[in-house]
Amino acid sequence: MKPGQFTYHAPRSADEAVAMLAALSPQEGRVIAGGQSLVPAMALRLAMPAHLVDISGVAELARLAVEGDELVIGAAVTHSRFETSAVAGPLGRLLAGVARHIGHYPIRTRGTFCGSIANADPASEWCVVAACLGATMVARSARGTRRVAAADFFQGMLATALASDELLIEVRLPRLAAAARWGFYEFSRRPGDFAVAMALATYQLADGVIAAPRIAVGGVEDRPRRIAAAEAAIVGASPSAALLQAAADAAARAVAPIDEKAETVNYKRDVTRAAVRRALAAAAIAEDQRA
Amino acid sequence: MSGEIDINLNVNGRNHAVRVEPRRTLVDTLREQCGLTGTNAGCEHGVCGACTVLLDGEPVRACLMFAVQAQGRRLRTIEGLAEGDKLHPLQQAFIDHHGLQCGFCTPGFLMLAAGVLERRPDINDDDLREVLSSNLCRCTGYKNILKAVRAAADQMRGAKT
Amino acid sequence: MNAPATRQKFIGRSVTRLEDLPLVQGRGRYAASISFPHQLHMRVVRSAHAHGKIVSIDTAAALAMPGCFAVWTAADVAAIPPIEFRPTHIKGLEPYRQYVLARERVRYVGEPVAVVFAEDAYQAEDAADQVVVEIAELPVILDAEQLPGEFEPGRDTEPTVIRKKFGDVEGAFREAQSVVELDLIIGRHSGVPMETRGAIARHDATRDVLELHGATKRPHPNRDLLAKMLGRSPSSVHLYECHIGGGFGVRGEIYPEDVLVCAAALRFGRPVKFIEDRRENLMACNHSRQQRHHIRAAIDADGRILALDDEFFHDQGAYIRTHGASVADGTATMLAGPYNVPAYRVVAHYRLTNKTPAATYRSPGRFESTFVIERVLDAIAAKAGIDRVEARRRNLLTTRQMPYTRPLDLHGSAMMIDSGDYALLFDKTLERFGWAQLQRDLAQRRAAGELVGAGVAFFLEKSGLGPVEGVRIIVDTGGTVEVVTGAASVGQGVETVIAQICADTLGVDYRRVRVTHGRTDRIDYGTGAHAARVTVMTGSATHIAALKVRAKALEIAASDMMEAEIDALDIVDGRVVRKDSPDSPSVSLAQIAAALTAASAVAKGREPGLSADGVFHCEHEAYPYGAHVAVVKVDAETGGVKIERYLASYDIGVAVNPMLVEGQIVGSMVQGLGGALFEEFVYDESGTPLAVTFADYLLPTALDVPPVDVLLTQDAPSPLNPLGIKGGGESGITAVGAVIASAIDDAIGRAGAVTQLPVTPQRLHAILKRRQQSPQ
Repeated sequence: MKPGQFTYHAPRSADEAVAMLAALSPQEGRVIAGGQSLVPAMALRLAMPAHLVDISGVAELARLAVEGDELVIGAAVTHSRFETSAVAGPLGRLLAGVARHIGHYPIRTRGTFCGSIANADPASEWCVVAACLGATMVARSARGTRRVAAADFFQGMLATALASDELLIEVRLPRLAAAARWGFYEFSRRPGDFAVAMALATYQLADGVIAAPRIAVGGVEDRPRRIAAAEAAIVGASPSAALLQAAADAAARAVAPIDEKAETVNYKRDVTRAAVRRALAAAAIAEDQRA
Repeated sequence: MSGEIDINLNVNGRNHAVRVEPRRTLVDTLREQCGLTGTNAGCEHGVCGACTVLLDGEPVRACLMFAVQAQGRRLRTIEGLAEGDKLHPLQQAFIDHHGLQCGFCTPGFLMLAAGVLERRPDINDDDLREVLSSNLCRCTGYKNILKAVRAAADQMRGAKT
Repeated sequence: MNAPATRQKFIGRSVTRLEDLPLVQGRGRYAASISFPHQLHMRVVRSAHAHGKIVSIDTAAALAMPGCFAVWTAADVAAIPPIEFRPTHIKGLEPYRQYVLARERVRYVGEPVAVVFAEDAYQAEDAADQVVVEIAELPVILDAEQLPGEFEPGRDTEPTVIRKKFGDVEGAFREAQSVVELDLIIGRHSGVPMETRGAIARHDATRDVLELHGATKRPHPNRDLLAKMLGRSPSSVHLYECHIGGGFGVRGEIYPEDVLVCAAALRFGRPVKFIEDRRENLMACNHSRQQRHHIRAAIDADGRILALDDEFFHDQGAYIRTHGASVADGTATMLAGPYNVPAYRVVAHYRLTNKTPAATYRSPGRFESTFVIERVLDAIAAKAGIDRVEARRRNLLTTRQMPYTRPLDLHGSAMMIDSGDYALLFDKTLERFGWAQLQRDLAQRRAAGELVGAGVAFFLEKSGLGPVEGVRIIVDTGGTVEVVTGAASVGQGVETVIAQICADTLGVDYRRVRVTHGRTDRIDYGTGAHAARVTVMTGSATHIAALKVRAKALEIAASDMMEAEIDALDIVDGRVVRKDSPDSPSVSLAQIAAALTAASAVAKGREPGLSADGVFHCEHEAYPYGAHVAVVKVDAETGGVKIERYLASYDIGVAVNPMLVEGQIVGSMVQGLGGALFEEFVYDESGTPLAVTFADYLLPTALDVPPVDVLLTQDAPSPLNPLGIKGGGESGITAVGAVIASAIDDAIGRAGAVTQLPVTPQRLHAILKRRQQSPQ
């Protein structure tokens, strides 16, 4: 399990990285950030890039900052930066709550948020966050910079809208309203493993009824996505056990698990139901009331 | 630069000038080029944690980094845990509480625990268990590893106050 | 002979281990850390097909790769015979042995078909990738229960059927009040040590000695086997054990790679190193466990067993490895466990499939048989309408029956259970766990809607596999005591335990004892470390040798150095002292050793050296036993299982070091949990293994482990050895599958629901679904 040969490039700036990528992507060149998914694939020789452009040392890409109503996450920002609130308000706490489910601590010290997004593993927690909250992905290449909405970005198992010469230079997450509620639930074989199913839910309570619900599911289909049927089941209603169950049932019906075996498909549907209900139930408890 | 390149690694405060291919992992470089064979490679795909070392004080899997990426960083390995003949409290606690059997995972657990306790000396039991779930042990069933790390944490905290 | 008069100071005490200091300092010398100048690295090219005919192997591109030194296929090792299994009474297994490189056919994914030798491990892998193997696929067999297929022309995939029988089985079933019948599956899993295999061979032409480093478990038998395979005299082959990162039954057997590095070192005149990677480890190192049982039990109105009738299918994988059919045979022998079974019939179909070959893994045959018999006991309880605890009480063997001979052949002699008080341990276990109160608490929680339940399981282990083990003890002129043994150390604390026994018997501090193991150049014989035998066999031999050294030391001191009667002397802390005046002048063992050098006057007419050999013979094994109790909570929606509490109890006869025994119990319990809930070598329908990384083969982590309480008792010392010891190496794993199944049944309120290990969330979820659809 020794990686194949490659040429190593360590750009000093984002511009240099993008220029390198322009030159090297036609020659099987690709970006390495934390490498926590790429290096195992290289060890197994499932990935054999000829060039690696290492952006982990580019200081300007390690930027994690609030700009207006968005949290801007640079390409080299590691998972561990989110373990304590990266931003004030519910978004910071949401990110901290989700971050602890990502791999294990020594993985989180190296792995990056944007790397997870660009890798687009269907069971990636950050991809669910991006899909749920409606993140904007900012892709830069020598050809220019463009913004891609989460709904358009994830295109399938390990497939995204990124072109091979594009660097996912940052991801922009909209901040949640101060009163926003959120809940996350993940079921995996062992803590830290890839999820069997997970769900993230946020909404606000206006006059006792649910407004602006967002419910996303990951680990089940070939990409994470919001489940409109589940959101529709709760919007405008006041939270109750029956309501949450209805949303969970709607999500279970709406998902199309990718597994080929019928029993696994049914199982994933049932775990999806549990994950959505539990995420919503967690959201129903105001943050200051949580244990 | 797909051929061998010259790099400098700072390990346990000592500089190692080594020549490596870019593809050579940090764990292989520590073992083969630096002669520091205390860091074991258990899975080479980032799951078992046997190769855990500290990179600028943070625990990382040395099989998931290339040595070239560690230039300019401070590395600490199991060989740098004791101060001369004086064992680190974690090392002594692993002996006292039978926290090891075959010992293969032990350097990784010690470095993981050292990295965490230095940052979070007041870590609670649940969080400690969660952190220690990062690494795999096949002999002990973890009970005595938890006990040893807890005891060392208490001792290290006591020594500071 | 002067009896030791010193107080026991070390046996029975939880002293810290002699092994630990270098290991916590990063000074462990595991196989990957063994290197020799000018060594070549060997990389194995493995079959990507589960079954097929080898059409061609093209090595040209590989040979052209940078650093590539040589590439071998079967033609290059045509003179090397297949790897032998241990002597066995089971006939007809020979044709199914594995050659070190595949000839004509491949029979599992991962089978070695070629090897590449290169200057560096990275280059070796690069070159191995360039070897082109063309295979014409043949039909695969992946289910041992399916009709046997063709192994080779004229030979099918059922090498043998093992039959065991005693009593009137037919009569018992005719007269039974009722019959329980179960279909039970144990999943394919294995030891998976944290260190992968490693083998480094070199030939020292100055001595004409072939050395193999990285050996363990059975250095002496393996030395003999390698010598035979390579056509060398045994005295010109030496095996060396280094630090070993876990054994668990799978490490230290002779595998193709061990033979290949030796053959290559001899042919090339350069050292050759093989370090297995994890992916290889999961598809090349021995698998274990997989069986499917169809079992019936005849019972009377009170739930007493009248007869057992079991037919099972053992999935051996593609070839017969060094254990022969011993796991299937052992399963068939141990099935009745600790219970009264008047009539017994087992038919074991030992079958080959297109999977990685299987052999022993910690508690071989007993993890499997205990799952089966304990599922039967739970079913009996349900059928007879009695409590699960009561069902066991009614069937356990009693102290009046000890020693108990069961009319089954075991390693060529009748199975004789040496000692045991099962009811006593069972009572102590339930008492410690608070079983009665627990039942009330669980009933309340269940009434509140929780799926919680408790399980119980009893088990019989075996240990101390004979027939013989020996040691040599040498006191050097510095007073250090060296115990040289043919046993091996796989991380279990052999050095400490043997040192404790030696220390007490001789009268020295255990820290003055150095234990040398796993080297064929230091002692001529040894059987190794397996079957929980080291403490029993090597410990007993150590005791015998230490008594001889002690006698010799006292004799010299009395006659030549202290002018005293032997009976007036004792050895305390490495010094011979007068019993009546311990503070008067004394003589150290170092001085006595110095007085016994060959040239000294004292040695005249005596055997020089303060040293002695000790040999211990034992035809029968010692049978420890235990009980496990667990509380689990089931998540009905996900199928997840959380273990809330766990107690593992065990009677070890005499515990030399309770801390180490508890370490063995907790560690092996967690391994058992892997086989009960997480670990499984899954294959797709083409025979491609799907669990070849640690992301797919799931070992328990610190978060998956419940707080494990241990009850270690010493109520039934073995009468078979001088110290009363029974083994503890397999002490915690045996009943885990059984107790988890029992507890899950209880939690979901359906006896007999769990029929397959591991109980994955998806499987449990399916069980719960079936309940919803067809309530019982």
